[in-house]
Amino acid sequence: MKEHIVIRTISRMLIPFIQLFALYVIAHGEISPGGGFQGGVILSSSIILYVIAFGIHEGRKRISEKMSDLLNSTGALIYAGIGVLCLLAGGAYLEYAKLPLGSEKIASSLGIYGIEIGVGITVAAVMITIFFETARHEDD
Amino acid sequence: MIDLILLFFLVVCALAAVSMRDLLNTTLILGAYSLIMALVWTRLNAVDVAFTEASVGAGITTVLIIAALSRTKREEEGQGSELWSKLLKTKSLKSAIQQIPFLRLLSLFAVLITGAVLIYGTIDMPAFGDPDAPANIHLARRFIEKSHEETGVVNFVTAILASYRGYDTLGETIVIFTAGISVILLLRRKT
Repeated sequence: MKEHIVIRTISRMLIPFIQLFALYVIAHGEISPGGGFQGGVILSSSIILYVIAFGIHEGRKRISEKMSDLLNSTGALIYAGIGVLCLLAGGAYLEYAKLPLGSEKIASSLGIYGIEIGVGITVAAVMITIFFETARHEDD
Repeated sequence: MIDLILLFFLVVCALAAVSMRDLLNTTLILGAYSLIMALVWTRLNAVDVAFTEASVGAGITTVLIIAALSRTKREEEGQGSELWSKLLKTKSLKSAIQQIPFLRLLSLFAVLITGAVLIYGTIDMPAFGDPDAPANIHLARRFIEKSHEETGVVNFVTAILASYRGYDTLGETIVIFTAGISVILLLRRKT
């Protein structure tokens, strides 16, 4: 779709808003429908829109193989790491209330916030990876 | 009334998806199916599930299947739709049944039996939203009363997913992570 100026312009305008909405969905998972999973999917869809409009090589310039591979595991690591932090703080695995962050309630809600971010990063990175690897490239 | 309309469209989408031969059409119809399903979830007040259905079922799955289709053939192989058009031309039910191969008849029989058993199973189910239903007496009530106090999170769907069922969600994340790793190992081109 290299020649389609309308698609390119519109997607360039839309992508920041889609990404902002994705971050909103991840951050507001505690008080409204949504959460890491849905937010991550929306975040990945903004990148996929970019790739559809600009081509895979342009997309790889924005988010390189190394970057998406790293993010794949970073999210899972954040989730599991928060569990280990809870162990170190003297609680059970993933017992957020034991984290030393003020009151138990605040610690618990911050822990949940942290794992939502982890889930979001992994889901977004994996969806981007699957799309990049399964879609046909221009040169094959 | 609106529930009936939504269910009607669900059935129409399902039948259309089965009878199409162009796989791109099928994919798009399944996307529409998921979107209607999301509306059904919203009608059932399961907004979190509706959100997931709309973003994953209607959105990303459609795109990923189209991406996979770009590397394979667009047309479905086999006799499926020819049989449909042949059946539509026959006049009596008896001659129509004679046209269908035996194995297909057998699978139609199996599908009908399974469907009948499933419908029979729903007769026992408690009415929707019944406060005395077994599922609503024990855990659901406790989560509604205590989850905010215990986790500090207002949306108790998130509280259950991330706190009470934290191990499950961790497992889900690892499943997705594994899917990503497998795709990298199997499909990545060497540059």
